[in-house]
Amino acid sequence: MKVTGMTMAAAVLVASVAGAEEVHVYNWSDYIDEELLTKFEAETGIKLIYDVFDSNEILETKMLAGSSGYDVVVPTGSFLQRQIQAGAFQKLDKAQLPNLANMWDVIQERTAKYDPDNEYSINYMWGTTGIGINVGKVKEVLGEDAPVNSLALLFDPANMEKLSQCGVHMLDAPTELIPAALKYIGEDPDAQDIETIAKAEPVLTAIAPFVLKFHSSEYINALANGDICVAFGWSGDILQARDRAAEANNGVEIEYHIPKEGALMWFDQMAIPVDAPNPAAAHKFLNFIMDARNAAAASNYVYYANGNKASQEFLNEDVIGDTAIYPDAETTANLYTTSPYDPKVNREVTRLWTKVKSGT
Amino acid sequence: MNLRRLFLIGTPYLWLLVFFLIPFVIVLKIALSDYAISIPPYTPTLDLSAGWEGVKSFFAALDFENFSFLASDALYWKAYLSSLQIAAISTIITLIVGYPIAYGMAQASDEWRPTLMMLVILPFWTSFLIRIYSWIGILSNEGFLNQLLMWLGIIDTPLTILNTNVAVYVGIVYAYLPFMILPIYAALEKLDGSLIEAAEDLGCSRASAFWLITLPLSKPGVIAGCFLVFIPALGEFVIPSILGGSSTLMIGKVLFEEFFSNRDWPVASAVAVVLLLILIVPIILFQRNEQKQREANQ
Repeated sequence: MKVTGMTMAAAVLVASVAGAEEVHVYNWSDYIDEELLTKFEAETGIKLIYDVFDSNEILETKMLAGSSGYDVVVPTGSFLQRQIQAGAFQKLDKAQLPNLANMWDVIQERTAKYDPDNEYSINYMWGTTGIGINVGKVKEVLGEDAPVNSLALLFDPANMEKLSQCGVHMLDAPTELIPAALKYIGEDPDAQDIETIAKAEPVLTAIAPFVLKFHSSEYINALANGDICVAFGWSGDILQARDRAAEANNGVEIEYHIPKEGALMWFDQMAIPVDAPNPAAAHKFLNFIMDARNAAAASNYVYYANGNKASQEFLNEDVIGDTAIYPDAETTANLYTTSPYDPKVNREVTRLWTKVKSGT
Repeated sequence: MNLRRLFLIGTPYLWLLVFFLIPFVIVLKIALSDYAISIPPYTPTLDLSAGWEGVKSFFAALDFENFSFLASDALYWKAYLSSLQIAAISTIITLIVGYPIAYGMAQASDEWRPTLMMLVILPFWTSFLIRIYSWIGILSNEGFLNQLLMWLGIIDTPLTILNTNVAVYVGIVYAYLPFMILPIYAALEKLDGSLIEAAEDLGCSRASAFWLITLPLSKPGVIAGCFLVFIPALGEFVIPSILGGSSTLMIGKVLFEEFFSNRDWPVASAVAVVLLLILIVPIILFQRNEQKQREANQ
């Protein structure tokens, strides 16, 4: 629904400034305050064509095919690293990005793992992968002491069997699920060797029959409407579901929990493809996003933390003050990051994932 | 005169060359390449600037490794088999549903026929994607169908239909029904009514007249309809990915995974080449049927 609304908004934008200079942005679905798009056009006079995707795989395929026609794209850190290696991006011209001064060194240190010296990208948002629950339904099924803040909720088949009555969605992304399953059994979530990764398979296979759907964007609506009671998904998406349910006043109460065992911390980075048609406008867009007020507006809307230190004074209290979004020091210490798999391991991982999902 | 003849004969071949053969050769070429982290994500790429040496080294780097890989993993043949099964069952259901509709249309009076025809074609005015998406609203646990059945008191708890193979069958039958109805209707419409009259005059009951006259004469339409449904259903991707569950195994989805999740264009191309080879059998049968019919008409 949101995507449709966005497309319509984009169509209106296209109609209003036809004939002007253009910049093509390819970002995740449900990931921006649409007013920012209008504001960018008003400030720069550049026509903004905004397009959305819901998986890193789709984006990467477009990047590796070349000539995507996009000026700004938003891959997640580990994917960004591989795409840099493939030569998909151009180095940023920092002279055109005065707002780089606003960025938060804590986050920049972490993103340097994927993009050394942050030469190719800026952080747009970062977040965690965790558990979204429909409070009422989960308590109804599992009782008052349901382990809602533990990976056991998801990876203990006994819990999942009961939860399957009210519906569970999980991200359709092996790079999210395998690290979580490894963490649950006490292995290194960032394991790169096939033997360790294979240990995640029995854990996932045991619970897969109880998962209604592996999908990376449907759970926002499904959670908000009460169609499902648990989702393993991205922090901000679940918090958006919480807000949509509250707005709809449909009796659905959603909570987001960072698993106490630890959660994946990820970074969505804005980068400019090497063959971008309009790199100058792309730099203007990046600089616009790094403006403290704009970055704050984006975070206030999507409920994800950003890597912009200067924006923090403009953040709403329910964003900066919410430990589900800006985790406290204790939780942060528990967060882990992952690196990209090499092609051979990647094939095994995808194969394992197909096996988990289809049983074949 | 000769030039005109050449043009007439050449046009379909030119069409085949541009829209079938050249794309197929490109896909085959990628199927014989190897995965690489680069743009595009495979190697070798043809480097014409290196001249003849470049062409030679290009061909030397091609191999059939990806095809032997497909044979080594059960996933692929299981997916092909499961697609064949889903396509075959949906074709049969579409035939069972479509035939009576086509028959009814052919029996309708002349002034009604264009309207009925229009109604069959009408769904095409809406995007295919939206029509398939709308089934989510009908089939989901909180959807129209479950609400209706619960309201009628037929069931107490909602049936889980969405995200199962049942939903895939519903989607395929719904989406491809017009492709079954139209050729059968075309065959039935041409049917000479006096044949049925003669059969009935000679003591045939209406039912046996249908079995002995109508059904055999509509056979070409039935066969055409079945192929028009079976062939696209076999490689279907959109319907299983929107309506199917995670356990729905279809080759279209496997192809998507290879291409997008593994970013392994060479293996994805090999899957596509094998799919085409599987489809060639029904396509040749279809051609034969068309040919026989043409000869019978002459």
